[in-house]
Amino acid sequence: MPTAPLLIQAESVSREYRLGESVIRAVDAVSLAVEKGEFLALLGSSGSGKSTLLNMMAGLDRPTSGAIRVRERNLAELEADELARYRRETVGMVFQTFNLLPRMTLEENVELPLRLAEVNRHERQARVGEALERVRLGARSRHRPSELSGGEQQRGALARALVNRPAILFADEPTGNLDSVNGEQILLLLREIQDSLGMTVIMVTHERPLAEKFANRTALLSDGRLVSDGARR
Amino acid sequence: MKTRDLSELAARNLREAVLRNSLTTLGVAVGVASLVAMLSLGVGLQTLASQRLTRSGLFDAVFVTSQRNFRGPRQSPPPDSSPKRESRPLDEDVRQQLSKLSNVTEVYPQIRFVADVRYASKSETTSVLGLPDSSRSSGAFDGMTGAYFSSPTANEAILQVEFAKALSDQPPSLVGKDLTLRYAERAALSKVAADDDEALLDIMTGSGKPGGISIVPREKTLRIVGVIESDPSAGIGGFGGARVYLPLKAVEQLHVAQPDDMQAFLSGNSAKPTYMALTVRVHSPKDVPQVEAAIKQLGFATFSLLDATKGLRLVFTVFDLFLGLFGSLALTVASLGIINTLVMAILERRREIGILKALGATDRDVRSLFFAEAGAMGLFGGLFGVALGWLIGSALTWGTTIYLHRQNLPGVKISYIPWWLALGAIAFAIVVSLVAGLYPASRAARLNPVDALRYE
Repeated sequence: MPTAPLLIQAESVSREYRLGESVIRAVDAVSLAVEKGEFLALLGSSGSGKSTLLNMMAGLDRPTSGAIRVRERNLAELEADELARYRRETVGMVFQTFNLLPRMTLEENVELPLRLAEVNRHERQARVGEALERVRLGARSRHRPSELSGGEQQRGALARALVNRPAILFADEPTGNLDSVNGEQILLLLREIQDSLGMTVIMVTHERPLAEKFANRTALLSDGRLVSDGARR
Repeated sequence: MKTRDLSELAARNLREAVLRNSLTTLGVAVGVASLVAMLSLGVGLQTLASQRLTRSGLFDAVFVTSQRNFRGPRQSPPPDSSPKRESRPLDEDVRQQLSKLSNVTEVYPQIRFVADVRYASKSETTSVLGLPDSSRSSGAFDGMTGAYFSSPTANEAILQVEFAKALSDQPPSLVGKDLTLRYAERAALSKVAADDDEALLDIMTGSGKPGGISIVPREKTLRIVGVIESDPSAGIGGFGGARVYLPLKAVEQLHVAQPDDMQAFLSGNSAKPTYMALTVRVHSPKDVPQVEAAIKQLGFATFSLLDATKGLRLVFTVFDLFLGLFGSLALTVASLGIINTLVMAILERRREIGILKALGATDRDVRSLFFAEAGAMGLFGGLFGVALGWLIGSALTWGTTIYLHRQNLPGVKISYIPWWLALGAIAFAIVVSLVAGLYPASRAARLNPVDALRYE
């Protein structure tokens, strides 16, 4: 079976935090390669370092040592503005707590990445509408997050993550605040979008059954170390 | 992020915390209002003083006298003085010559004489002065009983109230009544008369030249048109010191004998009337030095009060500076309010900042957003503050006018907001707000997105 080109390559990545006199190593010399179009689930218990690793790959945080290469560029060496550009143009993010801005309507929330990317107004409307239709929330565009259910909010967050047509979608515990039915629906939607758009998805979760059901590869972290890296299915 | 998107987001953020942001903006407005009210008071008072002084005729006038040597025989000339050519006497030709100088608006003589004023059965000897028509707008006659002269040649008189009291127990009742002015007319002796007694005349003049002058008593009936309470504008060249005022042109037609007639007579120039002094009025005080220099070139002595206006400007500049400093104190306090509001906003919106950064906002985007919010508070605070400052200034003018009217004085505008003050105050409010937003904005921009997203 021919292998897809590598999109992300973490090389001996470590992330340490200083807490008073002691140093906490949240991620410890993790090396990991992600191919284009892959749906990778990072598994691990709470505090295993999976979210820290995801944040570094998403350009939200920098490794203390090691390198994270995305399309041959080492994120650790990028300037702050270049890293912001990477988050804006290459990455889409979905969080456990949805992180929709409560003061904005759903469509305004979804439009936000396009404003930051300076996309013209006419195109913005079309892309917001398209993203909301894709997550089946076209009818709720004028609603504020507080008027939506948890599942709808997460679908809205997914639309916001997709609207910039990113190459990589990072999802940090996307089902963590949802019941099992809604959680499964979100992952189904995520898989559907991944299949149709051919994007790469990296998801952090502690729910192994869901990960094994929807992801085509799983990797397990424990105490900051990569303890198993499953083969691609 | 584009400016329009930035503005929309900033406006949305300001609307969301409308009460707190309005109160902060009101704080800026009060600061700007105090600054504007203080400075408008300074500008208003300066304008008022300048207008009054300009209208008084003291600062836009050059007083011209003839350089003639009146020293007695025992007095020696000052050691440092070089022999000077005596200038021509100030006569009508000189008056015409001076009126043709550039920036000169008016040249008039000071004709002041002693006369006997008769009204009813009373007779009083007093000083009479001719007023140029321009004195109508000098402000010296504002609020007097009656009216100013109906025309520049009218046979009318304005009395100073103390003198009017000598004529009547009820000075205002004199308005509209007639008085008789008895004065000394300067009349040239006719050639025939001179020939009749040529030898006598030769003795009198010592020159053997024909002609001479005679002093003839005359009477003139004048209508009293006004009674003025105060002594109008004293000082050199002012109209003060006299008790009866007549239109200058009417006085000139009287050919009243002047003290320098004797000197003119002795120097053989008695044919033409001469003046003791001429007042040369210029367009504005800044023209005084140039006109003064031109007159000196013609060989006449000059005097002006220009230096006094320089001192006045200095006083008002210092006055404005202090008023501005006091006004700025309130704006400084308001800027602390802006810092407080924005720092609170960072705490409240920490998560939002994290989300924006996760979605690709740069540090500059976040900083600009906070700057835009601070700038908007400054702009609206500035606009509202200027309006409030104008209201305060108007209220001060209104209150002062009421007080002055109660004192039987005309109202004055003590507060004045020129365009540069309004625009400057708004710009200052924006700058102060942006400076106040500097720290919160840079603090927000420096937030680590992961830490910000974790914030509950």
